Amino acid sequence: MGSYRMDVLVCGGTGCQASNSIDVIETMSKEIKAAGLEKEINLVTTGCFGFCEQGPIVKIQPDNVFYVKVTPESAAVIVKEHFVKGRVVKELLYEEPKTRKKLEEQSDMPFYKKQERIALRNCGLIDPENINEYIAVDGYQALGKALSEMTPEQVIDEVKRSGLRGRGGGGFPTGTKWELTRMSKADRRFIICNADEGDPGAFMDRSILEGDPHSVLEAMAIAGYAIGADSGYIYIRAEYPLAINRLKIAVKQAYDMGLLGKNILGTDFSFDIHLKYGAGAFVCGEETALINSIEGGRGEPTVKPPFPAEVGLWKMPTNINNVETFANVCPILLRGADWFASIGTEKSKGTKVFALAGKVNNVGLVEVPMGTTLREIIFDLGGGIKNNRKFKAVQTGGPSGGCITEENLNIPIDYDSLTEIGSMMGSGGMIVMDEDDCMVNIAKFYLEFTVDEACGRCTACRVGNKRLHEILTKITEGKGTEEDLERLKDLSQIIKDSSLCGLGQTAPNPVLSTMKYFWHEYLAHVNDKYCPAGVCKALLKYHIIPEKCKGCTLCTKVCPKGIISGKLKEAHVINKEECIACGACEQVCKFGAITRM
Amino acid sequence: MSKIHLTINGLPVEADKGMTIVDAAKIVNITIPTLCHLNIHDIKMVNRTASCRVCLVEVKGRRNLAPACATEVVEGMEVRTDTLRAVKARRTMVELLLSDHPTDCLVCERNQNCQLQKIAAELGIRKIKYEGVRSNHTKDSTSDALYRNPDKCIKCRRCETMCNEVQTVGIYSAVQKGFETIVSPAFGLPMVDTQCVYCGQCTQVCPTAALTEVSHIAKVWEVLADEDLHVVVQTAPSIRVTLGEKYDMPPGEDVTGKMVAALRRLGFDKVFDTNFGADVTIVEEANEFIERLKNGGRMPILTSCCPSWVKFIEHQFPNLIDIPSSCKSPHMILGVLSKTYYAEKYNIDPKKIIMVSIMPCIAKKYEVTREELTNNGLRNVDHVITTRELIGMLSEAGIDFKNLPDEEFDNPLGISTGAADIFGTTGGVIEAALRTAYEWMTDRELENVDFHSVRGMDGLKEASVDINGMEVKIGVAHGLGNARELLKAIEKGQAHYHAIEIMACPGGCIDGGGQPYHMGDIELVKARAAGLYKIDKGKTLRKSHTNPDVIKLYKEYLGEIGGHRAHELLHTHFKVREKI
Amino acid sequence: MAGIKSLDELKALRDKYKSSVEMRSSTDEENRVRIAVGMATCGIASGSRETINAIVDEVRAQGLNNVSVVQTGCLGYCYAEPVVEIRMPGKEPVLYGNVDSKRGREIVNKHIKNGEVITDLVIERSRC
Repeated sequence: MGSYRMDVLVCGGTGCQASNSIDVIETMSKEIKAAGLEKEINLVTTGCFGFCEQGPIVKIQPDNVFYVKVTPESAAVIVKEHFVKGRVVKELLYEEPKTRKKLEEQSDMPFYKKQERIALRNCGLIDPENINEYIAVDGYQALGKALSEMTPEQVIDEVKRSGLRGRGGGGFPTGTKWELTRMSKADRRFIICNADEGDPGAFMDRSILEGDPHSVLEAMAIAGYAIGADSGYIYIRAEYPLAINRLKIAVKQAYDMGLLGKNILGTDFSFDIHLKYGAGAFVCGEETALINSIEGGRGEPTVKPPFPAEVGLWKMPTNINNVETFANVCPILLRGADWFASIGTEKSKGTKVFALAGKVNNVGLVEVPMGTTLREIIFDLGGGIKNNRKFKAVQTGGPSGGCITEENLNIPIDYDSLTEIGSMMGSGGMIVMDEDDCMVNIAKFYLEFTVDEACGRCTACRVGNKRLHEILTKITEGKGTEEDLERLKDLSQIIKDSSLCGLGQTAPNPVLSTMKYFWHEYLAHVNDKYCPAGVCKALLKYHIIPEKCKGCTLCTKVCPKGIISGKLKEAHVINKEECIACGACEQVCKFGAITRM
Repeated sequence: MSKIHLTINGLPVEADKGMTIVDAAKIVNITIPTLCHLNIHDIKMVNRTASCRVCLVEVKGRRNLAPACATEVVEGMEVRTDTLRAVKARRTMVELLLSDHPTDCLVCERNQNCQLQKIAAELGIRKIKYEGVRSNHTKDSTSDALYRNPDKCIKCRRCETMCNEVQTVGIYSAVQKGFETIVSPAFGLPMVDTQCVYCGQCTQVCPTAALTEVSHIAKVWEVLADEDLHVVVQTAPSIRVTLGEKYDMPPGEDVTGKMVAALRRLGFDKVFDTNFGADVTIVEEANEFIERLKNGGRMPILTSCCPSWVKFIEHQFPNLIDIPSSCKSPHMILGVLSKTYYAEKYNIDPKKIIMVSIMPCIAKKYEVTREELTNNGLRNVDHVITTRELIGMLSEAGIDFKNLPDEEFDNPLGISTGAADIFGTTGGVIEAALRTAYEWMTDRELENVDFHSVRGMDGLKEASVDINGMEVKIGVAHGLGNARELLKAIEKGQAHYHAIEIMACPGGCIDGGGQPYHMGDIELVKARAAGLYKIDKGKTLRKSHTNPDVIKLYKEYLGEIGGHRAHELLHTHFKVREKI
Repeated sequence: MAGIKSLDELKALRDKYKSSVEMRSSTDEENRVRIAVGMATCGIASGSRETINAIVDEVRAQGLNNVSVVQTGCLGYCYAEPVVEIRMPGKEPVLYGNVDSKRGREIVNKHIKNGEVITDLVIERSRC
């Protein structure tokens, strides 16, 4: 191994690959060779840095320079300027939107400043396809420690004391889950890693698997040791090809190194890991549905109890944790339960990864201590609302969660506080909405998702949620009545009460929470046939402000219905009856004379 | 057994461990409505999908409502079925089901016989609060036997449990997602292209008209009205003990006389008895058995009266296809005899003879279309209607069944022995065959003709009979899941029998796919079986080979048993079918 | 590849690879020694690439894991290239001139390891 004087870390996550990071890596590699620097500079493809909005990301160490939005062309410039001449390429630095200052170091950026990375600790730091790098950052030490210095009970106790709770949405205490599975009498037990990430907008599990797959494998083996399982399954959606590929490489490397398989690290403990591919059905994130799917059946939930900890895969006790939960396990074992428990709030320990999306400046993945406020996440890390629009609400918990408004932005968030204000942690999706978002439409959007993703097994969800969606559609089309609002509320409650699984039970949450906080918007749609955000097309009417209209006739030329009339240089008029609200006139008007009402 | 103590609506209940809330509630006379739930213990059919949600109840300490059909009682549980929350939820579930269900009850096959309709009536639903789009799927009428109307499906998944777990045919599974979900053959294949054996057990458990027989009533009315045709009818052994149920007679009551009278009043020119065909079957089959035994043929011999079972072996066990008896099924035998023997004897043009079979079975509708089951270019049987369809015709014709006089079957195909009667229940065919084979092989009279070990509802039964010092081993399976087990053991050489009877439907033809709906009440099925054994017991002639008209048939027309003519008319062959 | 047979073997392997990722972590920034080598045109022309590589090599060889070796642009002392700046926590930066690879290794061994400033190489900063 040569001695490199410089590490160049280029993001190879799905997000950055989508913005061409593969070409960046290729160009860089070529240019480094051309400059004769290949023995001095180590080009590393890493996992996701989280700052997807600014991708592709290139980080230079030890110089600690963070380049954003790197193109193949600018990659060549970095080589020539930075690598050869030692000059930082200022144009490629991140510019803080408020101060317009170029920031050189990652740690200076508001996006990273408040982050505390435990689950994402190795993402963007190591080459996920090289097990040696994982070993170099204490990889498999936690497994080694567990196997040689701890009893299974001690491992469970450590996880219990850490206060780690399930990161997939439920928030069930992980150590307790392990203990319950261990206590179920059986000949065999299984570990399942739930990598069937399905919330729209959430991609932390994918990022962890892409950026640090070994951390999950190691934690699964530790869980296997703790509960007495000799094999584990990773249930991953087939739409995650990169994560699957990296997992495959990682599993092979771990087997080759004797870190999986028979007699791990010379002990009596053996553990196998198998990959199972899901077809990407949201409902398969539900434990019993996931188990049915692994067994080759239809991905449909079954009645609980019995819980998988008692009767799970192949009818054996099975412990299911999601990817992010597993990613927290090794640090807990290495740094101790007390360290982990010192982070976070009273009942929610450690950190949580959120996928920040929607109308926020810094879209991406952030990991913050439990107890951080939504305001900090959205306005500090997220850099505030795009285009200086006004914040309206943030949806947490994906389609199963609810929306949170301005008044609750200062609440330190954890599992319990979010539930209290009518939303939920979920898997950590966070979609920010501004004043241009119609909340009725948002509720409809989420419901459409769950209606599409429902398994169709139980009446409450299959027909009930469909009917909810139909009522919402009716309202957004301006055909709703106050009676419909009553129906919406009633039916939502009943579905929550009556559905077989979590998907159905939580599907009406977006409806209930938007009704709670934005009742006036519902009323406006129903009574005034008016969409305050101007989103619902059927309720939109365009209007020309006579004072502003110069009579340029441009709008008459683009109107597809030909219903704008008026003489040259005189104020024009739109025939509202026939207007289809396509918005073409508004877009072309140079005088701001056309408004929605 | 340890007892569980709980309260339901405040009433203390002492229940057994493992009981569901639905069953525990019955102890204190509380009926919790159910729809998808169906447990038929005797045939190991357990549908615990908890999918319809009409049995929701409140359980103290539980966040949401519990499905009473799938929630086991636990010590100290406090259940309420009567709170507004529970009542409203149950009601809403039914309303939601109705909101996605056709409203053509008045013209529906299951009108007044539909469990969804029943529950809607019981809950007093007068208005469907949540209207919306209704499913509109392709109806499947590709087969001659089974009609699928997915629009009427409430996704209870009983058919799936029956088909996949009890019968192990494995046709149905849920496909698509969400509102679009339907229960259908894989890849949306039309029924006719599947390995469905048309046992019709799915129609027996379907709570609505999503799965029904293909009706041939209209065709039968048409031929009856045609003066030019000579329309004859035959009735399967089991019909005489199930038809009376509709007319409030006790289950299993023998209504042979009224049935014959009713059929005459419908306008059939002759009313024959499939039982005559059954006696002929036994004569041929027993002979085949003895021949095989003598000549070292492949053992065991399998009965072949059940068309579902025959189709099952053709799909699933191609390498056993040479072991079933080559005998046609009794109604096909009666069919061909009516168009040959009877036609010649009474000088009727066989082309003008239309044979209608009243069967307990849906698969018989398919069986009559098998092209090898023709003679002289004529189908052995022209139309098949089920017991249920016959009930429909009788009511349409305004026949007061209960008060009809008893009448006799017509000659020369109307006399039968008790051995033929028990063809309608599991174990009956092999018992009938044993009676004849024993006497033929030993040349001694069989004094006790009752073989009790092959009777009853056990899925697999065996008997061994000492015939001339040889231990003849008999196996019986009913329900195709049990049949599969038995055949697998034979295939692997782990089971050794000389003769095996298999019936596709659990319990045999008395629980056939075309019988009146038993709604999961297996006691009804047992009563039907008892009815058949009672008829058998009451007859003087209880061995097929003693049937005087059968003897006459061979003497006058067929010649030797198992001879050339018998083979031409009474035997058939099987073919290997694709396994999908 | 032979499997790892014990926790000790795993630890040995970790220690072997540790240096390869060491420079990536930017934590503990205040306590790090920073060696900056001038790598502008003037520096490269005078052989600063050989110097920086020699320094990196020596830092690794000596197992110094709190040291970052970075390149920097022109420091304005073109006459004395290759120029190397040493910043040790809590101390004034020291600037060396005319550092070839041999002297680079010497700086690592004397200054970084033992805290001895090599006075004959030091360039006096013009104070302003």
